[in-house]
Amino acid sequence: MATIKIPPVLRGSVGGEKEVQASGSDVGEVLRALASQHPATESQLFSEDGELNRYVNVYLNDEDVRVLEGLDTSVSDGDTVVILPAMAGGHL
Amino acid sequence: MESGAELIRKIKEQIEEVDPRDVHELQQNGNGNGAVIVDVREQHEFEAAHLPGAVHVPRGYLESRIEGSVADRSKRVILYCATGQRSALAAHTLKDLLGYEDVASMRGGITLWKDRGYDVEVPRALSPEQRERYSRHILIPEIGLEGQMKLLDAKVLLLGAGGLGSPAALYLAAAGVGTLGIVDNDVVDLSNLQRQVAHSNERIGVPKVDSAETSIHEINPDVNVEKYPVRLGADNIMEIIEGYDVIVDGLDNFPTRYLLNDASVRLQIPVVSASILGFEGQLSVFHPYEGPCYRCLYPTPPPAELAPSCGAAGVLGVLPGVMGLLQSVEVIKLVTGAGDTMAGRLLLYDALGTTFTELKVRRDPECPICSREPSEISDEEMGVFPDYEAFCAGAG
Repeated sequence: MATIKIPPVLRGSVGGEKEVQASGSDVGEVLRALASQHPATESQLFSEDGELNRYVNVYLNDEDVRVLEGLDTSVSDGDTVVILPAMAGGHL
Repeated sequence: MESGAELIRKIKEQIEEVDPRDVHELQQNGNGNGAVIVDVREQHEFEAAHLPGAVHVPRGYLESRIEGSVADRSKRVILYCATGQRSALAAHTLKDLLGYEDVASMRGGITLWKDRGYDVEVPRALSPEQRERYSRHILIPEIGLEGQMKLLDAKVLLLGAGGLGSPAALYLAAAGVGTLGIVDNDVVDLSNLQRQVAHSNERIGVPKVDSAETSIHEINPDVNVEKYPVRLGADNIMEIIEGYDVIVDGLDNFPTRYLLNDASVRLQIPVVSASILGFEGQLSVFHPYEGPCYRCLYPTPPPAELAPSCGAAGVLGVLPGVMGLLQSVEVIKLVTGAGDTMAGRLLLYDALGTTFTELKVRRDPECPICSREPSEISDEEMGVFPDYEAFCAGAG
């Protein structure tokens, strides 16, 4: 089981939770498990061809999965997956 | 009871003394073995003139401050004073009481050094008022007089005098940053005052650049304020940011963040970036060619429905205070060279849960901007990203 950290903009899609537990042997499986638990997240995470959207950064613990093996990066029990879209609020 | 002169003579027998010639040779050869030269005289003596590259630890504060300047006890340490007496006593203390392994005192002190015709450094002096004002900076070795001088010479540009820019403006002014530029085309509104602490009730309706200038000068009249009451855009960005040492990014929209990134990479100016939403903040430093740029982190912005910053969004008033001050700390480190900046790291702060998460940010070898030489980046491609036109229009 991995812990997924949900960014503020996606919390509405997961019932307001900050963290969601999901299982899977790699990052792709964990995120798809999230999408099946909370279908509203699917289109925000994945493009129509099933790839991760380019504007969503995903980290396994503190490392960007783009420098690991992307969605194929293996996930161990107790790992944290951080979903991070860009924010631009400043002088709001 | 032995005399003081007798004691000094005995102590000199127990320590290593080096000739100014040896220290000079060491400096001429680039100080290859990394010896630290420590001036143990009083403040006013150090300021009058000192050996090039010397650090200052007055003998009266030797025990309490030497570790701040020389943490590694196995390092070669060469002490000097005016004539070689105080430094002999200090060398004895370092060696016998504090366990420094490789300590020497320079024979004849700076007096003999000068007699030999070797160069000394005459530091620029602070006025008595500045010395008093910045005394708590000068006392910390990581900043010191040298760091304070760098701050006084620094030019820092604040993009926005809002939630993030306000605390940054006040504290950077207090810290003695010599020039603060402020870019903001807004006027102070009542709803700003929940968080924008550079403004005040009396100044509702006043341009934010003027209101911020008033607050800055109330804290520190020495600060030179450059005001830009305009909206940052492709037509003015290069002209505005050129010449600044550090940029504090408190921008509220993606198109301008990408534009800023590209312009700052072109001009090689580090950007301290923060953003806030609700109870959460992000912080990083984008230091062109030394670390990743904004496009390495976020190659494309999210679609407008996932970017609530385009419309009105709520924020805990204190949050931009926290993030703006974290930005200010990064600015001071970039200017003075102290510590490690957030370049290559992204900090996520969740105020509700009080959690800090740190993520690694890597340079993208295929980054469309910072994988190329600054001169190769053209005006036309600056700030461009997919769906630029549709971007904030979609947010309504």
